[in-house]
Amino acid sequence: MAEQMFFFVFAILAVGSAIAVVSLRNPVHSVISLMVCFLQMAALFVMLRAPFIAVVQVFVYVGAVLVLFLFVIMMLDISKAGMERFVSGGQLWVIALLGVLVIEMVLIVSRSRLAVITAPAAGRLTGTVREVGEALFTKYILPFEVVSLILLVALLGAIVLGRKELR
Amino acid sequence: MIELLLIGIKVVVVTLIVFALPLPLTYIERKVAGHIQVRLGPYRVGPHGILQPFADMIKLMFKEDIVPAKADPWLFRIAPVIAMVPAFAVFATIPFGEKVTLPIVNYEVNLYISNMDTGILYVLAIAGLSVYGIILGGWASNSKYPLLGGLRSSAQMISYELALSFACIGVVMIVNSLSLLDIVRAQSGWHWNILYQPVGFVIFFIAGLAEINRIPFDLPEDEGTLGAGYHAEYSSMRFAFFMLTEYVAMVSMSILIVLLFLGGWDGPVFLPGILWFLLKVAMLIYIIIWTRFTFPRYRYDQLMSIGWKILLPLSLANILITGLIII
Repeated sequence: MAEQMFFFVFAILAVGSAIAVVSLRNPVHSVISLMVCFLQMAALFVMLRAPFIAVVQVFVYVGAVLVLFLFVIMMLDISKAGMERFVSGGQLWVIALLGVLVIEMVLIVSRSRLAVITAPAAGRLTGTVREVGEALFTKYILPFEVVSLILLVALLGAIVLGRKELR
Repeated sequence: MIELLLIGIKVVVVTLIVFALPLPLTYIERKVAGHIQVRLGPYRVGPHGILQPFADMIKLMFKEDIVPAKADPWLFRIAPVIAMVPAFAVFATIPFGEKVTLPIVNYEVNLYISNMDTGILYVLAIAGLSVYGIILGGWASNSKYPLLGGLRSSAQMISYELALSFACIGVVMIVNSLSLLDIVRAQSGWHWNILYQPVGFVIFFIAGLAEINRIPFDLPEDEGTLGAGYHAEYSSMRFAFFMLTEYVAMVSMSILIVLLFLGGWDGPVFLPGILWFLLKVAMLIYIIIWTRFTFPRYRYDQLMSIGWKILLPLSLANILITGLIII
């Protein structure tokens, strides 16, 4: 009961702040709303018995990625950036795309196995650090290494692109 | 039910203690500064100036709270609070000692609010959030010196967070657990991690100083070039919140060093564990204050090259060597 109450608090805050991210005019305010949204996601991960994922969410997204976002946005001319529209006269397009997205999501969720998760699954996914580490380094070792290689390539690519600008 | 009540009481007690700590700390800092610089320090209010912090507190409370006309009013007001919350939230998982039995009611009490499976990661993640208050405070002031202070601090904290977290990994590898309670227990009987991880300790201490913006890494509030850095436009209680955050961060960093490297509450039996713990924390706080008045400040490019070119490779090498020894 208490758990359900907390879920609704976090879920409502998450959705509300996510709406604020796209509707606020000031980019810095948007980043703050995104931070609130990510913190609620972390709370939801805790409620799903995955404390490790929750902490990593705070560590990586809130602690590092969003700080970099802020760092870049702070250099912009906010008053100018706040006035510009991404797509001019975009309301109709947005409503149409939103409709498509809603239909798509309803279809995906109703067809997938996600909709029929039952209680045993929640008990199985304790998400302790040891379990996550063992799974990553035994069962999922190949995808894990491939991902790290891709990240390394992306890192090098970013550095190369950054250097070209200097010349 | 009584468990929940106990957690509530613990949260309130820890919060109140942490909230009150900056009062003696400001006094000690000014006294130490005075004696290092061969002067008396605060001396007027009360015997040996001991009531000075209360006078300061009253002054700060009654000052006018100024919001600059061109500031972002909403963020300017909320930034000190955003800075303060993570500083306090860190204490949720910090253990202060083994179980104690309350004398009158004979009830066993754990000296921590919660023992998380991901303790050390939680502390590092939450401590990393304290940068938001500084960046937002600097940006929302809409003035050039605070903005520069905010930019400097965000770059500094991201750079040193890496070395700080990597220095912990050596300890975690030895102890085989992320829980702070397990880390301290593994060190009992003089098996302090500083003996097994001396390089990790040095990296952690230096990166910790940078993380809490203390000299020699206090560039975000460099008086010589930035006025007062990110809080230049703040006054009254909002300024006090920023100061409070800095002192609380200093305390939590000292506690973290004691837990990770100096054996927590482990010590000779003639004193109870909690006293050893407090003594070690007090010693580290003194060392941090001491360095403030004996070291000059680094230049910004030096700060960056120390972080990225010395501390980060060193911490990676430390992890590699620890791994090789364990295997």
